[in-house]
Amino acid sequence: MREILLNRPGKKIILLGNEAIIRGALESGVNFVSTYPGTPASEIGNVFSKIAKAAGVYFEFSTNEKVALEAGAGASFSGLKSLVAMKHFGLNVASDALMPLCYIGVEGEMVILVADDPSCWSSAQSEENTRAFAYLAHIPILEPSNPQECKDFTKLAFKLSKKFKIPIMIRVTTRVSHQKCPVKLDKLPKIKRKLGKFIKNPEKFSTMPPRVLEMKRELLEKIEKIKEFSEKSEINLIEQLATSNKRQEGGIVTSGISYQYIMEAQKELNLKLPVLKLAFFHPLPEKKIKKFIKNLKKVLIIEELEGYLEKEIKAFAKDINPKLQVFGKNLLSEIGELHPEDVTFALARFVGRKYASGDIFRYRSKYKISTPDSVFQKRPPQLCPGCPYWLVLSAVNKVVDPKKVIFGGGIGCYMIFRLPPIEMQDYLSCMGSSIGIAHGIKKASGQKLITFIGDSSFFHAGIPALINAVVNKSNPLIIILDNRTTAMTGHQPHPGVGKTGMGEKTRAIKIEDIVQACGVKYFKVIDPINQKEFIKTIKDFLKKKEVSVIVSKRPCLFVKNK
Amino acid sequence: MEKNFNLFINGVGGQGILTLLQIIAEAALMERYDVKTSELHGLSQRGGSVEVHLRFGKTIYSPLVSQGGADLIISLEAQESLRGCHFASKETIFLVNDFFIPIPNRKIKDKKEILKEIKKFSQKIIFIPASEICQKGVGAKITAGIFLLSYASVNNLIPLKPHAISKAIKKVIPKKYLDLNLKTFKLAK
Repeated sequence: MREILLNRPGKKIILLGNEAIIRGALESGVNFVSTYPGTPASEIGNVFSKIAKAAGVYFEFSTNEKVALEAGAGASFSGLKSLVAMKHFGLNVASDALMPLCYIGVEGEMVILVADDPSCWSSAQSEENTRAFAYLAHIPILEPSNPQECKDFTKLAFKLSKKFKIPIMIRVTTRVSHQKCPVKLDKLPKIKRKLGKFIKNPEKFSTMPPRVLEMKRELLEKIEKIKEFSEKSEINLIEQLATSNKRQEGGIVTSGISYQYIMEAQKELNLKLPVLKLAFFHPLPEKKIKKFIKNLKKVLIIEELEGYLEKEIKAFAKDINPKLQVFGKNLLSEIGELHPEDVTFALARFVGRKYASGDIFRYRSKYKISTPDSVFQKRPPQLCPGCPYWLVLSAVNKVVDPKKVIFGGGIGCYMIFRLPPIEMQDYLSCMGSSIGIAHGIKKASGQKLITFIGDSSFFHAGIPALINAVVNKSNPLIIILDNRTTAMTGHQPHPGVGKTGMGEKTRAIKIEDIVQACGVKYFKVIDPINQKEFIKTIKDFLKKKEVSVIVSKRPCLFVKNK
Repeated sequence: MEKNFNLFINGVGGQGILTLLQIIAEAALMERYDVKTSELHGLSQRGGSVEVHLRFGKTIYSPLVSQGGADLIISLEAQESLRGCHFASKETIFLVNDFFIPIPNRKIKDKKEILKEIKKFSQKIIFIPASEICQKGVGAKITAGIFLLSYASVNNLIPLKPHAISKAIKKVIPKKYLDLNLKTFKLAK
């Protein structure tokens, strides 16, 4: 871990993609880092929480991603260099803050890391392609394909942010975030914890109309300039692999992890088609792409998830080479991550060859769910033996017939309630929604309902939903599973714990105080080891005509210093 | 080494697979190979199936092993070895811990069934009671992965010298557990 702070330029060390992003930020002299933990972005926070002090960086686990982004924005307005990290649906939460921030721009440099999770390896709620935010927020997006690029692109992102006064997004995917390879270190500047200075300038920082539309114009002008940079930048790379001058009929356009697969595929099929590797998803180097496709007969676009790149390139082709045959999502699925053999298969089809890998030949249609075939079903995750949630489940089971009660689920270890042998989850959506949806069901149907929400989720997005349920007079029974940590994502602290991301003591916000302040009349804090009391309270609360809350307080087995 | 080496390791969350992966990656780097790994964090832990990939050689692009492309499959739990099958070809060596972790509400697959299934892919199967050997030898079955790796190195199933492996163990494993792991390393013959 400490190797990440090694100041030995030229030395190669093995880093995870996320660690390489941290190193890139450190080499850029980052001052301020904020995040809400979420896999596959969680190492950013885990590592900074250990090294921030030694590295002279301020670090916090924020209450949610929106707040994390706003904290970073404030730091940037005060002239500091900031890094904000989150997973893909964290950006959904933060998007409200992201849109105006792109209008306003930044003072100190700002880089936003967003980690997508194709195949939903550690994501329960949706498989997203964060590229879409380029269209919505106009934010420039860089896509590294390995840990070395993670570091290099992060440094470039800080430079671009400084030059163009705009936040820059680094978009990674699980196979980049959690890829390891040797990374060459550069010099680590001496950073001291420093204070920024906010200089009053409402013209710059306030989006109040009519200024807001001017800001939009300024943003679009910045993007035009960054596009010029993108056109010239060597990180949008054309690789001519063939040594002869014979013109190739086919070419490949790709970016991110897909680049690694297509290079592997070319080696396997002994092909040397030219490859345009795009580092920028937004703004795309339009001229460079047009030049690349101008004389081709056909082009193969290798990208994961939705074919955004393909759409763009089809539009460019209309101008410059209307007869160009564009291959991509006709050979590759939009669902799930790509596997190397999928890409080899697509390449083989593209050049009119047969390809079979091993004993299994697979054809990927657009909507086929891309999971590897297996002769043995994946082992489902389980609650740990001794998990305090078992006690909660046991109490609930003693009071109600699970078949006759609706159970609300949320994001955290208690997602596992969906699986056998528990099977007590009737809906699951996003952070905080276990209460929000519970309220709607209660209002609409009046059916018996118990909903679960984790402690970190409650702070993150549960509070407005609780207030809503109280004020609008519904009566779900809400069980807040307070295990004193953000367990599923790796035991990061949350506002109830009394510890900051840098390990300093701080005021612990009591969940029961918030519950009371939200106007809940019937609430109790119970250690579920007291089964009798827990059972009696469930029975009692289920009869109430108002919202009731049980705060089930018992630490996760892995919480130290209980 | 002409060809790249493709390794697939799997098992169950909590068996120390990510640490094992780090050790092999460091050893490969010490032997001056290009190396890439791919691992999964988060939901895949909590006693679920864990699968990691590691490739090394002259130039490595993909961090993932292709279907049918594994040279060696190390499974830290016997039933999980079946999840390695689609990475196997006739040339693939299966190095399997003869150790079973049951799955709730599912019938356990016995060794005979597993062997029958793997043999459809490859005949080169080595079943070793690594957990048991470690329990007897060093008093902890958690080091089964280190044992299997050391076994693979000593028996030339992986082109990394035992010396590099032990050096990588020293680099990666915290002091507190180093002795235990080095002792495990020496158990392999």
